[in-house]
Amino acid sequence: MSNHPPKMTAEHVNVFYGDKQAIRDVSIAIDQDNVTAFIGPSGCGKSTFLRTLNRMNDTVPNARVEGDIRLDGQNIYAPEMDVVQLRARVGMVFQKPNPFPKSIYENVAYGARIHGLAQGRAQLDAIVEQSLQRAGLWNEVKDRLGDSGTALSGGQQQRLCIARAIAVDPEVILMDEPASALDPIATARIEELIHELKGRYAIAIVTHNMQQAARVSQRTAFFHLGELVEYGETSEIFTNPREQRTRDYITGRYG
Amino acid sequence: MNEHTVKAFDADIGQLRGLISQMGGLAEDAIAQAMRALQRNDAEHAARVRADDKAIDAIEAEVERLAVRIIALRAPMANDLREVVAALKIAGVVERIGDYAKNIAKRVPLIESEQRIEPVSVIPAMARMASDMVREALDAFAARDPEAAVRVCESDSALDDFYDSIFRTLVTYMVENPKTISQVAHLLFVAKNLERIGDHATNVAEMVYFAATGQQMVERERGGTKE
Repeated sequence: MSNHPPKMTAEHVNVFYGDKQAIRDVSIAIDQDNVTAFIGPSGCGKSTFLRTLNRMNDTVPNARVEGDIRLDGQNIYAPEMDVVQLRARVGMVFQKPNPFPKSIYENVAYGARIHGLAQGRAQLDAIVEQSLQRAGLWNEVKDRLGDSGTALSGGQQQRLCIARAIAVDPEVILMDEPASALDPIATARIEELIHELKGRYAIAIVTHNMQQAARVSQRTAFFHLGELVEYGETSEIFTNPREQRTRDYITGRYG
Repeated sequence: MNEHTVKAFDADIGQLRGLISQMGGLAEDAIAQAMRALQRNDAEHAARVRADDKAIDAIEAEVERLAVRIIALRAPMANDLREVVAALKIAGVVERIGDYAKNIAKRVPLIESEQRIEPVSVIPAMARMASDMVREALDAFAARDPEAAVRVCESDSALDDFYDSIFRTLVTYMVENPKTISQVAHLLFVAKNLERIGDHATNVAEMVYFAATGQQMVERERGGTKE
């Protein structure tokens, strides 16, 4: 496993939407060097939990998060934490590609510019190119950076969103069903991309597709009814899970 | 075990398990019939055993097709995956057991003896022991019973001891009756085949254990055999 201390840790996390408890006492450590997959049936809390890791739940009315969540040992819910800065360090890619209605170039450059990561045009150009390279999109768009991001295909849009997340030099990338709206070829390219980004960024991915979790992750967490039922090596979870609930879910006997 | 949400999955797994049982039954019968041919010195019966082996081969091919189809279409996971892989491997091993029985049958016409060679009388007892191991290993698979699988592995050393004793008896017999050497040498191979059948049954039991528990059975001391 990893030789580094965990990139992110969560201890005894509870999340409530009003009176309803969505996450129950979840503790987990996210490695720097591995891709961690969150799986579980709809409504199990996996997306809710993912969103606590960069405080996206802050934007949900009535949502309340308890417990201790740390990034490199630093409490991300501490009052002195700058949430905008946090979301640059912990980037997010969503289910539906959501490029800004601007040029491809601007989509990638935007975050880097507002975070003051580039001095001058040449540096910004370099960041855009490098981010698109890492997202595996550069060769397809380098001659039309001025075209609208929304004119790209779905798979390209999703890679554009990944490039946008990468451009602000994050440490962690959270992905919430990043390929569920894509066809199998575009999905394979996203999965290949995740594989290439592994190690450079700590990655956590929520997916409904168990085969995808098996393909892209090294560690898998199974959530059920807001609890973390089992967390371990992906190869163990899919060949020899310890918990009955995990086994029933992954073998298609759930419910 | 609960049913799958997709019922056709259960039907596929059921069919796979049915084929394995059927194959096991044919392999057991092949051992018994080869022994009957040997005891009665019945070359015709031996020829039937050899011909019947094709049925075992055909089921093995069917298991392979079905297992590959299940893996492709159902993407089995965890215990399901282990069971499908175990079935695939067990089918290969049972096919080999059938080959050993066929090989015994093949030797029947070569053991032409005007006078009966006495040691022939103890070989069927060894065959029953080997055949019981095969049946118990496949019963363990049907019942997904790791404890029963362990018992099969433990019984292998008794079969090995049986082989050692027959080996010594046959060697002594050859020394005392040099004219019978070529026939008795065939009997020696018959005994060796039965000993190998026991090893294969042990192998099946280890796969059953893995399929049922997800753990490898600890390497057990297998009674040493002298070649």
